[in-house]
Amino acid sequence: MRVIGYTVRRLVEMIPVLVGITLVAFLFMQLLPGDPITILTGGKASPQTIAALRAEYGLNKPVYMQYLFFVRNALHGNLGTSILQQVPVAQLVLQRVGPTVFLLSYGTLIAVLLTVPLSILSAMRADRPIDHGIRIGGMVTFAMPSFWLGLLLILLFGLKLHWFPIAGWGEGFLGHLYYLFLPSLAIGLFLAPMLVQSLRSSLLEITEAEYIEAARAKGLKPTRIMVKHVLRNALIPTVTILGVNIGWLVGGTVVIETVFSIPGLGQLLIQSVLYRDYPTIIGLVIVFGFLVMVVNMLADLSYAAIDPRVELG
Amino acid sequence: MTVAADNTSDVERVLRRHSALRSIRRWPINLRIGTVILAIIVLLAVFAPVLTPHNPIVGNFQATLLPPSWAHPMGTDELGRDVWTRTLYAARTDLQLGLIMTYVPLAYGLMLGVIVGFLGGWFDRLLMRLVDIAIAFPFLVLIIVIVAILGPGIKSMYIAVFCVGWTMYCRLGRADMLVIREQEYLLAARALGFGSWRIIFRHALPNLLAASLVFSMADVVLNILLASSLSFLGMGVQPPTPEWGAIVAEGRNFMLQAWWISTLPGIAIIVTGLGFSLVGVGLASMLGRRYVQTL
Repeated sequence: MRVIGYTVRRLVEMIPVLVGITLVAFLFMQLLPGDPITILTGGKASPQTIAALRAEYGLNKPVYMQYLFFVRNALHGNLGTSILQQVPVAQLVLQRVGPTVFLLSYGTLIAVLLTVPLSILSAMRADRPIDHGIRIGGMVTFAMPSFWLGLLLILLFGLKLHWFPIAGWGEGFLGHLYYLFLPSLAIGLFLAPMLVQSLRSSLLEITEAEYIEAARAKGLKPTRIMVKHVLRNALIPTVTILGVNIGWLVGGTVVIETVFSIPGLGQLLIQSVLYRDYPTIIGLVIVFGFLVMVVNMLADLSYAAIDPRVELG
Repeated sequence: MTVAADNTSDVERVLRRHSALRSIRRWPINLRIGTVILAIIVLLAVFAPVLTPHNPIVGNFQATLLPPSWAHPMGTDELGRDVWTRTLYAARTDLQLGLIMTYVPLAYGLMLGVIVGFLGGWFDRLLMRLVDIAIAFPFLVLIIVIVAILGPGIKSMYIAVFCVGWTMYCRLGRADMLVIREQEYLLAARALGFGSWRIIFRHALPNLLAASLVFSMADVVLNILLASSLSFLGMGVQPPTPEWGAIVAEGRNFMLQAWWISTLPGIAIIVTGLGFSLVGVGLASMLGRRYVQTL
C-alpha cells in the first residue's frame, strides 16, 4: 500500500516535468530549419495542396495553438502523424519501443552481471594487483567509444567468427537474446565501470562497519560475509548511480542501434532528424524523457526492495 | 645592486623549481601517469606537422587502402590519406572539443549554482525546475535535436552543449553552496558585513572549485565521446576535417578489407580518456575522499 501511494505521488510529481519536456520539445521543433510540407511533397506540390496539408497537420495555426492541440492529442495517446511514414507516431513508437527497452534491460543486466563479481573481487583484494587491474580495465572501457566497440564486436564475432548476427533483433524471446547479445555487451561494457567503481567503494566502506566485525568474530567465511552482509547494504549507491546514468544509457542506445541496425527508437530518431519528420521527433523526445523518468522512479522504488529500512516518503 | 637583485631572483627561481619538483614527487602515481599521457597527446597534436610528412586532408588515389607499412605506419584510407597523420591532426580537434565543451559550461554553470545556492528565492526554484527538465532528457537525444535544428558542424555542437552541459555543474555548485553557506567562515564573513558578491566570489567559490574540477575530468572524457559519437552519426565534425569519431565512421564500410582505418582513432580516444580519468582519480585522492569522482 505504501509503495502504491509513493508511486502515485511520484507520478503526480512527474506532471510538471513532463509539461516542461513537451514545451521544450515543441519549442525546439519550431526552430527546425526547412518546411516539413515542402520536404514531404518534395517541393513539387501546388500551393493549394500545400495549404491543405498545412491545415491537416495544424501548421497554419499559431504556435501556442499547435502546442495545445498537441498536448490535448497526446493526452489521448495521439502523438501526431509521421510526415515521413504516414502512420501515427504513437504506432511507430509502440513498434519500436520493444527493441529499445529490451536492449536497455539486457545491457543493464550484462553490466550488473559483470559488476557484482568484479566489485567483490576488487574490494576483497583492495590495493593488490588484481584490484588495480580491474580499476584500470574499468577506465579503459569507460573511455571506449560505444560505436567503436560495437564495430570491433561486429568485426570479430560477426564477420570473422560468425558466432553472432550483426544486424536486426531476431524473432521471439530467445531470438532477441541471441541477436541483441553483441549490442547489449557494448552497452554493458560502457555501464559496468561506473557501477564497479561505486560498488567497490561502498563495499570497502561497509566492510569497516561494526556488524561486519561481529560477523567476522562469529567465524563466518569472508565470501559469505561479502555476499550476504556487505553486498546487500552496498547496492543502494550503485542503484543510484544506475538511475543517474540512465540518461547516458538511453543516449548510448541511439548510437548502438545505429551501429547494429536495430529497429528501435534511437534509429527512428536519427532517421526522423535526417528527414526533418518533426511530429515524430517531438513524440520521440517526449517518449525518451518519459522513459528516463520511469526508470528513475523504478530505481527509487527498488531501494525499498533492496533495503527494508528505507522509508518511501 | 642589479647583481644582487638578479641573484635573489635566481635563488627564488631555484627554490620555486625545487618546491614544484617536490610537490610533483608527492603526487599520487595515477596523477603522474595521467599527466604524462596527456602531455604526450598534447605534444603529438601540437607537433603533428613535424611528426608526419603527409597532408591530413589531401589524399593520393594511387595509394588507397594500403595496409600498415614504413611509409604509412597505420595504413591509408579509401581516399589514400595517411591514417596516422589524420589521427594526429584529429587530436587537435578532439582535445579542443573536449576542453571547450567541458570548461565553458563549467564556468557559468558553477557560478550560477553558487549564486542561487547562496541567495535562494524564486530564481533558485525556477532555475532548479529548469535543471530538472534538462536532466530528465537523455543528454545525447537533446544534443542531437539541437544539432538537428542548427545543422551539423562544430559550431552547432558547441551551442548544443553550452545549452545543456551547465546543468550538472549548476546542481553540484548549488548543493555544495547550501552546505558551506552555514559554515563558520561564511557566517563570519556575513557578520563582518561583506557584500553577497564578495562572499560568493572571494570566500565561497575558491572552496567549491575543487569538487567541480575533479568531476570535470570525467566530463572531458564524456564530452570527447559525445563529440566523436555525433561525428560518427554524421552530425558533428564534417569531412574532410580529421576527427576521431568521423575517421571511425569513414572506415566503417571497409572493416573487412582495411581494419586499420577505424582501429587507431578508437585507440586514440581510449588513451586520451584514460589520461583524463587517471588525472581525475589522482586529483580526487590528493584532495581527499570528499571529491569522489564519477569515473
